[in-house]
Amino acid sequence: MSHHLVAVKDLYYAYPDGTEALHDVSFRIEHGEAVALVGANGAGKSTLLLHLNGTLPTMRGEVVVGDTVVTRETAVLARRAIGMVFQDPDDQLFMPTVAEDVAFGPLNAGLPPDQVERRVATALDRVGMAHLQGRPPYRLSAGEKRAVAIATVLAMAPDILVMDEPSANLDPRARRRLIELLRSFGHTRVIATHDLELVVAVCSRVIVLDGGRVVADGPARTILDDEDLMLAHGLERPHSLRHLHPH
Amino acid sequence: MSGGVLGLGDLVEIGRLDDLGRLDTPMHRVDARAKAIVVLAFIIVVMSFPRYEISAITPFILCPVAFISLGRIPVRHIARKILVALPFALVIGLFNPILDRQPIVAFGPHTVAGGWVSFASILLRFALTVGAALALVACTGLYRLGAGLGQLGVPRVFVVQLLFCHRYLFVVADEGGRMMRGVALRSDGKRTLSLRVYGSLVGHLLLRSLDRAERVHRAMLARGFTGEIRVMRCSAFRGSDWLFVCGWLAFFAAARAWNLAAALGCLLTGGAA
Ligand SMILES: Nc1ncnc2c1ncn2[C@@H]1O[C@H](COP(=O)(O)OP(=O)(O)O)[C@@H](O)[C@H]1O
Ligand SMILES: [Mg+2]
Repeated sequence: MSHHLVAVKDLYYAYPDGTEALHDVSFRIEHGEAVALVGANGAGKSTLLLHLNGTLPTMRGEVVVGDTVVTRETAVLARRAIGMVFQDPDDQLFMPTVAEDVAFGPLNAGLPPDQVERRVATALDRVGMAHLQGRPPYRLSAGEKRAVAIATVLAMAPDILVMDEPSANLDPRARRRLIELLRSFGHTRVIATHDLELVVAVCSRVIVLDGGRVVADGPARTILDDEDLMLAHGLERPHSLRHLHPH
Repeated sequence: MSGGVLGLGDLVEIGRLDDLGRLDTPMHRVDARAKAIVVLAFIIVVMSFPRYEISAITPFILCPVAFISLGRIPVRHIARKILVALPFALVIGLFNPILDRQPIVAFGPHTVAGGWVSFASILLRFALTVGAALALVACTGLYRLGAGLGQLGVPRVFVVQLLFCHRYLFVVADEGGRMMRGVALRSDGKRTLSLRVYGSLVGHLLLRSLDRAERVHRAMLARGFTGEIRVMRCSAFRGSDWLFVCGWLAFFAAARAWNLAAALGCLLTGGAA
């Protein structure tokens, strides 16, 4: 299904203050793939993700989601197809209760109340947070906030999940739970992160960004195992791979 | 504590008001529209009294008191917020004693100038109306109140503005709280800040809040926000809500038409006066 396609071609972006954040970024992600976008701080990961749903306008180049080129006019379509989980859950959760927050997207989509309620229940169940539905989001733990933020996006039944540093600020247990959750999804997934253990567990493909350019793109194992490449771009080879074939 | 320097403590406190909105009491169960209509009528009627009136206004205390007690709102909480806003009323009211020196009340040899009476009247009205509005929010929750106002036909722009102001107030309070913690940790226990540091702090606070507000707005757009507030349960206006509205309106009408405080006084003292 072409629904789930994400294709970026020769994307360039400079922030209004002149910072050039992306240079000639190109890649193509097919249905059901789980792709990690890795790179040091400031590599341009967040900037790239914000282009996928039209939050930042395309300056030069092209972003295609499903069958549509993302422009100011078609951004609404891209937002329907892409569920975006932002880096800081506090930015994403703004309603008085968890349930109302999860209902926000489906209500905006104009779904009838009974269907909205079903979506809310299913999404919260999916992330294991059904028991929190009456609580105010800003009082939850970091792990719970993250899970609820993912539920707010699942409730909109997106084809593609896009996440910006989903494991940031999580304690080991919450992080393990998140990894299990991400593994269980069948969606096309694009995950920006420098948590390479998460990448090993969840993603089959890795795109490495450095200075706003794609410097490597290939199977996760091959790329993550390339110590020189990792070090050259401010990353390190994950421990779990060291155990697999020690030097 | 750390908020004391900038007076941000009160801003942070607004989170409490929202918590109260989630309680489940008889007052919270009344439809948001019914409560909004009653409080609006309350404010209009209280403001409509002539400037020297005091005793006839006093029975109106019943309305905020009912909201606060039936809604199980801590009185101290509302009282503190009224005190925070009081300086505005003082500034408005203080012109009266200066401009209006005509004596209108006499206690034996002492006379009280009209200006002082109207000053007292202004403060009373202020406390009552602000108290009622705060009690309304505390008994309803701002989001539900906004949805109710929308259902009543208040233009969407105003409702959305109201909710955004509220949400961004949280954002600013949040950023402010974090910054003050940073300052407190490094200011060696001193409670005062130099004007330069203060200015830079406020500037930073503004920039950080704007940044954050933009990210919140982005997240809302990403979930299909179009500027319209939608709620899950469009609560029905029940018979008891009608009763609530009619009951209060009848009381306001009666208290406006007759001085109930004076009437009660007459009753208690044997009706001689
Ligand atoms: N709002 C902004 N204005 C100016 N420059 C920015 C802005 N946001 C990010 N940048 C710059 O763009 C570059 C890429 O940032 P970002 O996409 O956030 O990186 P990452 O998410 O990989 O850490 C960085 O050099 C950063 O300083
Ligand atoms: Mg980032």
